[in-house]
Amino acid sequence: MTAQRERAIVSPRSVPSLPRHVRIQHDPVRQAFAVLSPEKVFWPNEISLDILRRCDGRSSVERIIADLAADYDADPQDVAADVVAFLQEWSDKLLVKL
Amino acid sequence: MSEPTLPPIGMLAELTHRCPLQCPYCSNPLELLKANRELDTQTWLDLFLQAADLGVLQVHLSGGEPTLRRDLEQLIAGLSARGVYTNLITAGVGIAEGRIEAFAEAGLDHLQLSFQGARRVTTDRIGNHQGSHEKKLETAHRARAAGLPLTINAPVHRHNIEEVPEFIDLALSLDAERLEIANVQYAGWALANRDRLMPDLAAVNRQADIVAAARERLAGIMTIDFVTPDYFAIYPKPCMGGWARDAFMVAPDGTVLPCHAAQTIPSLRFERFGDRKLAEIWTDSPAFNAFRGTDWMREPCRSCERREIDWGGCRCQAMAIAGDAAATDPACVKSPIHNRMAMLTDAAQAEAAPEGNESFIFRRIGSPQRDPTRALEPARR
Repeated sequence: MTAQRERAIVSPRSVPSLPRHVRIQHDPVRQAFAVLSPEKVFWPNEISLDILRRCDGRSSVERIIADLAADYDADPQDVAADVVAFLQEWSDKLLVKL
Repeated sequence: MSEPTLPPIGMLAELTHRCPLQCPYCSNPLELLKANRELDTQTWLDLFLQAADLGVLQVHLSGGEPTLRRDLEQLIAGLSARGVYTNLITAGVGIAEGRIEAFAEAGLDHLQLSFQGARRVTTDRIGNHQGSHEKKLETAHRARAAGLPLTINAPVHRHNIEEVPEFIDLALSLDAERLEIANVQYAGWALANRDRLMPDLAAVNRQADIVAAARERLAGIMTIDFVTPDYFAIYPKPCMGGWARDAFMVAPDGTVLPCHAAQTIPSLRFERFGDRKLAEIWTDSPAFNAFRGTDWMREPCRSCERREIDWGGCRCQAMAIAGDAAATDPACVKSPIHNRMAMLTDAAQAEAAPEGNESFIFRRIGSPQRDPTRALEPARR
């Protein structure tokens, strides 16, 4: 038996990464970035893509929020709410590892 | 009115019809192809490259049992080198030592392993293969040890629908990321065995509640995909995401098909890869264009607000039950013969044999059993 897994909850110190079964790939046919997972292909919008690209297993959520706020010249609090909600949703679907 | 033809995203490659199991709900056609009809390695590799050029991002390597192809490592490597996402769909029985590791090394992205039951006795009986459950457990462990992400696939019918909670526990214990609770789709061998497999309404409802509760409980722990049972549905599924809309499949001999059961539609002629380029088949083949988009639809589909949600449902189910491939899928509540679905499920219950005494028509190469009188003979082991 393996150890019981638990649901991960996003915190500022989480360091998200993409699990092995998920990858971002540029599709030259459709001129867009696709997220490939076992049964589904996602077509993330620009902001989602910017979050996912920073899920590199090195950057903390705190850092990702600061970076995006700078890039988009936006209020970090607003960015934080969006990033946390997005990462929690993707983690709950096992598409992002926290 | 008609939208332009989009490039396909997914391709299901049925590399072989050979299989060590004999599941009575197999989605392969009744007339199975022998090994001598299979495409060779180079032809599959050419096909994969053409598919990638056309826009395919994911290839599902299936069968039959795809690991019976001795060149599977080579096929995976070819896809991987081209950046195509590879998903191996296996029964997990009889995979030689070292091969799962070789698949992982070749670049396999994901492995999907079927379990015919959550209990040893069920798995062995439904696949008609003694000891298969044990081998599947071993395959799951080997896949995880090789670092491969794992989906457990559980095809559900009357004889294992009460095992759904156990399937969930099994998938968790095997460290799967994903579980598919897939109610059997009644095409291919499943259609021939429909009366022997159809669950009853009470069991279907219990199952739906169990899955809904488990999904909530297991958010962030394991994903559960639920393929709902058509015969108890209100609206049909968008079969294949719509006919020839974003996916297709290829039979072992290279015949390119919009779906598993498309060859049951007698008015259609299908083309083989090799005779024509894949892009031409996808774009121009009359069979692919027959039910593409919405122009082919009649009422009640034509004016339905769901026409671009479910794309008229399943053409093969319309063929099988309404006798007309262009009819509304009878799974839809708006179909004039929707009540036939309930009649068929009721009839199946009336025919139900005591548990353990079913006379399944087991899936075998070289024994197509189209004659319904032969279907009543008990299967010999």
